[in-house]
Amino acid sequence: MEAEAAKLIGAGLATIALAGVGVGIGNIFGNFVAGALRNPGAANRVFGNVLLGFALTEAVALFALVIAFLILFAF
Amino acid sequence: MAAGGHSPLEQFEIKQLIPLNAGGVDISFTNSALWMVIAIAAATLLLTMGMRGRAMVPGRLQSLAELSYEFIANMIRDNAGSGGKPYFPFLFTLFFFILFCNLLGMVPYSFTPTSHIIVTFGMALIVFIGVTIIGFAKNGLGFIRLFVPSGVPIPLLFILVPIEIISYFVRPISLSLRLFANMMAGHTMLKVFGGFVISLGFVAGWAPLAFLVALTGLEIGIAMLQAYVFTILSCLYLHDALHPGH
Repeated sequence: MEAEAAKLIGAGLATIALAGVGVGIGNIFGNFVAGALRNPGAANRVFGNVLLGFALTEAVALFALVIAFLILFAF
Repeated sequence: MAAGGHSPLEQFEIKQLIPLNAGGVDISFTNSALWMVIAIAAATLLLTMGMRGRAMVPGRLQSLAELSYEFIANMIRDNAGSGGKPYFPFLFTLFFFILFCNLLGMVPYSFTPTSHIIVTFGMALIVFIGVTIIGFAKNGLGFIRLFVPSGVPIPLLFILVPIEIISYFVRPISLSLRLFANMMAGHTMLKVFGGFVISLGFVAGWAPLAFLVALTGLEIGIAMLQAYVFTILSCLYLHDALHPGH
């Protein structure tokens, strides 16, 4: 298999990581909504942690993107 | 990548505005440096002009400056503890530098300094090295307690401690990579969809245009969120350094 084709396949495979990230982000906000419906007064206080958790999980998606770019353009 | 020979990655090119050379080392004033200067100038202007009045009952601009101070002060107090107060100027500067660099990058035809890994890595390295030095200065060799969580059975420690050490050294990498990838991916997406608008023309160009409007709003939100996340993670790392083993 030539390198160019292998690179494209590798970059495509790297996006499989986004499945886990999707589950993770859905988990965060799903739990936030469930918690906020039970205890609306605490919702505003915990929203900062929600955003932090979202950004940390999103970072994993972006690590996968960086790996895909590395495979495509750096090797 | 697109017709007309313009690539979505062209926006990240470093252009030398004033070529300067110091003994063979290239220290030109680049477009990256220019936008960093603009970011600092905007932040300084906002804060000094805001606090100029020093009214007891703050007006709009003074409220903005005071709210910014309180926001970061509360963040440090909640996440780094009372021992984090001396580091307030650094963390405040960090937050507003990243915030203004990110937000000014949303201006059309501007340049986002934080979309280059070397800029974000420089900042993350400063935080990492600073926090490590603070950890050893405040706790001496007891700082190693950070890698040995309390209440862990001895056999598990042989696996856990190397993992903790590795994840400690991954911190500057993940911190910098998060900000860099968010900025680069966001701006690349904006450019790619902008290209779609033009190539689809008058007939169907409104669809990517609508998406582009929503994406721009999202990118402004992400610009602010990433500045917040960088700073709050720095506060958490500082907390680890000041109170290892908690």
